[in-house]
Amino acid sequence: MDAAQRHVEQMRQTGYAAGFVTSIESDTVAPGLDEDVIRFISAKKNEPAYMLEWRLQAYRKWLDMQEPEWAHLRYPRIDYQAISYFSAPKSAKAAPKSLDEVDPELLRTYEKLGIPLQEQKILAGVAVDAVFDSVSVATTFRKQLADAGVIFCSISEAMREHPQLVQQYLGTVVPQADNYFAALNAAVFTDGTFVYIPPGVRCPMELSTYFRINERNTGQFERTLIIADKGSYVSYLEGCTAPQRDENQLHAAVVELIALEDAQIKYSTVQNWYPGDETGKGGIYNFVTKRGLCAGDRAKISWTQVETGSAITWKYPSCILKGDDSVGEFYSVAVTRGAQQADTGTKMFHIGKNTRSTIVSKGISADRGQNAYRGLVRINRGAENARNHTQCDSLLLGDQCGAHTFPYIEVANPTAKVEHEATTSKIGEDQLFYCRQRGLSQEDAVSMIVNGFCKEVFKELPMEFAVEARKLLAISLEGAVG
Amino acid sequence: MLQVNDLHASINGKAILNGLNLTIKPGEIHAIMGPNGSGKSTLSKVLAGREEYVVTSGSITYQGQNLLELAPEERAHQGIFMAFQYPVEIPGVNNTYFLHMSLNAIRKARGEPELNSVDFMRLVRSKLKALNMDEGLLKRYVNTGFSGGEMKRNEILQMSLLEPTLAILDETDSGLDIDALKIVAKGVNTLRSPQRAMLVITHYQRLLDYIQPDVVHVLSGGKIIRSGDKSLALELEAKGYGWIQDYQEAA
Repeated sequence: MDAAQRHVEQMRQTGYAAGFVTSIESDTVAPGLDEDVIRFISAKKNEPAYMLEWRLQAYRKWLDMQEPEWAHLRYPRIDYQAISYFSAPKSAKAAPKSLDEVDPELLRTYEKLGIPLQEQKILAGVAVDAVFDSVSVATTFRKQLADAGVIFCSISEAMREHPQLVQQYLGTVVPQADNYFAALNAAVFTDGTFVYIPPGVRCPMELSTYFRINERNTGQFERTLIIADKGSYVSYLEGCTAPQRDENQLHAAVVELIALEDAQIKYSTVQNWYPGDETGKGGIYNFVTKRGLCAGDRAKISWTQVETGSAITWKYPSCILKGDDSVGEFYSVAVTRGAQQADTGTKMFHIGKNTRSTIVSKGISADRGQNAYRGLVRINRGAENARNHTQCDSLLLGDQCGAHTFPYIEVANPTAKVEHEATTSKIGEDQLFYCRQRGLSQEDAVSMIVNGFCKEVFKELPMEFAVEARKLLAISLEGAVG
Repeated sequence: MLQVNDLHASINGKAILNGLNLTIKPGEIHAIMGPNGSGKSTLSKVLAGREEYVVTSGSITYQGQNLLELAPEERAHQGIFMAFQYPVEIPGVNNTYFLHMSLNAIRKARGEPELNSVDFMRLVRSKLKALNMDEGLLKRYVNTGFSGGEMKRNEILQMSLLEPTLAILDETDSGLDIDALKIVAKGVNTLRSPQRAMLVITHYQRLLDYIQPDVVHVLSGGKIIRSGDKSLALELEAKGYGWIQDYQEAA
C-alpha cells in the first residue's frame, strides 16, 4: 500500500470514527435496551470515555428500579424492550413526503397559529431537503453569544468541547438514579442543550431551542444542563406552540439548572406534543424530570410552563433552595382535554435561610381530561424564616373531566410561613351568558375567561411566548364548551 | 319595536311568566314594577336569551324578527342590551379589554369597521366624562372586587358605549346610593332618542324620579295586571304592592 493510499484509508477510518454520516439506515439500532445499545449510542455521539461509564452506571441502577405507579395516571405498561433507543436522523422513508400526507387537523392548527409553510413541514415531520431558513440567523446569534462568553450548544458538543463543566455539573441536580425515568434518560439520552453563562453576564437574548430546530428528533430522551455562574442572568425558552409530532411515543427528558450566587435562571416551556386522537391513541407519554439548584446565596430560579400537549404528562419542575435568601418560583398552566391526563406540579426544598418560594398552578380540564396538581413544599430544619405561598386553581369545562390536588407540606422549622390556597371552579354559565350578552361568541367568551384564569402565569412568560400561548390556549379549548 | 304576545316561560319546570303581553315603540321608556317573585327578572332574561329560561308558548317579535330564534350574542348584535342585576366577575380579564372586545364584536357583526385601541380609548374617555365617572374602573378586572355601586356604574358605561336599540335595565337601581342612582339615570337619559327604547325594571319608584317613563306596568303573578302613566308608579309607592294584589284579586 503506497503512502497516498494509506492516507486515504486512514482518512476513511478516522472519518467514520469522527461521525461521518454513512447510510441513514445503519444509524438506527434495533429495538431493545442492553449495555451494547448504550455503547453504540455513546460511540455514535463520539463521547469521551467518562460519559460511557456514567451512562452504564445509570443503566445498571435503572435495571434495579421500578416504574413509579403513584401518579394519578392510567396508561398501558410500557415495553422498554420494544423501543428503539437510537434513531437519529429520522428515516426519510418513513416520513410523510408532503403536507398532503399530514393529518389535516394538524395543518388546520398550524394555519391558525400562522406558522409559515416551511416550518409547518418541519413540525409535521415532512422530509425537507432545504436546510432550515433560520440557520443563518442562528449563526448571527451564535456570534453575539460568543462575544458575551455564553456557551450555547448541544450537550454532545459540550461533552467534547467543555468536558470540565459537563463533568462538574452533569447529574449533580438530578442524579443518575433519581427516579426511574431520569435513570433511563441518563443511560440513553441522545441529545439536548447545554448553556453556560459566565460570571456577571446578562445573556444578551432569550435562548431558545428554536435556533437549533435543525437538530431534529432529539425530543425523545433529551438532556438539558444550564449553568448560570455568579451574578449572571439567563432566560431560556423550551418548545414551541405548534403541535409537534414525533414517531417516538415515550419521552423522558431531564433538565438540570444550576444558579450560583446572585444568579438568575428563568426557564419557560410551552409543551404541545401530539396528544393523540380522541381516545388518546398515538399520543406522547411525557415523563420529565426538571430540577433547579439555587446553589449560591440570593440565587433565583423561576419555572414557567404551559402544558397543552401529550397524552400523558408527568413532570414536577422543582427548586432546591440551598443558598440563603434564594428564591424559587413555579408558574404552571396545564390543559387536558380529550383523553389527556396530566399529573404535574413542583417541589420546593427550602434548605437555606430566608428562602422564598411561590407556586401558582392553573389546571384546566375539558372533555374527559384529568388534571392533577401534585406539589411538595419542604422546609428543612435549618431554613430559618422560609416562606412559601402556593396557589392552586382548577377550572373545569364540562362534567366528565376531573381536577385533583395533592399538596404535601413538610415543615421542620417553626419560623416557616407556608400558605396554601386552592380553588376549583366550573366555567360559569353566568360568565358565559354575560359575555354573550355583550356580543361575544361562545368560543371567544370561553377563550377570554380561560385566559383571564391563566393571567398570573402568562404574565411570567416572555412577551412573544405569552402572545402565542394565549392563542394556543384558545385553539386547544376550541369547542370544549357547549 | 318589541312585541311580546301571550308569553309563558318557566325555569326548571316552574312556570314564572303566565301570558305576558307588552308592546314597546321606538323612543319609549317603559317601566316595569312589581313585587318580588312577580317575574320581572325572568322577563329580562328571556328577552336577553338566557337558555335556562324556557319559553313554553307565546312569541316575541323584535324589529320584525322572531327574537326567540336568536342566540344571546345575536340579540346583542341586533342592539339588545341588558344591564345585569348581578353583574358577573371575570377574574384576570381587564375591563378595558372586555369593553373593547365587546364593542368590536358588535360593530363587526353589523358590518361596521372595528375600532383600534386609540380610537376606542378616546371613545371610552368621552363616555366616562359624560357620565361623570373616573377611569379607575377601566384598569381593573371585569367586575372583580367591584362594590355594588361600581358594578352598576360599569353596566351603565357599557350601555353608553354599545349604544343599544333596546336597553333593558334589570333592577339596576337596587342597592344604589343617590349618587350612583343619578349616574344610572344620566346614562339612560343621555341615550334617550326617538330611535331607542328602554325597559326599566325596578322594585321602587325612586328611580322614576330621575327617569321619566312613558308607560308604567305592574307585573304580578307572571303577567302585566295594570298599565298606566307615571302616576301609577306614584300610586304604587303610596299604597304598596299589597294594594295591587288586592286589586288583582278583585278583578
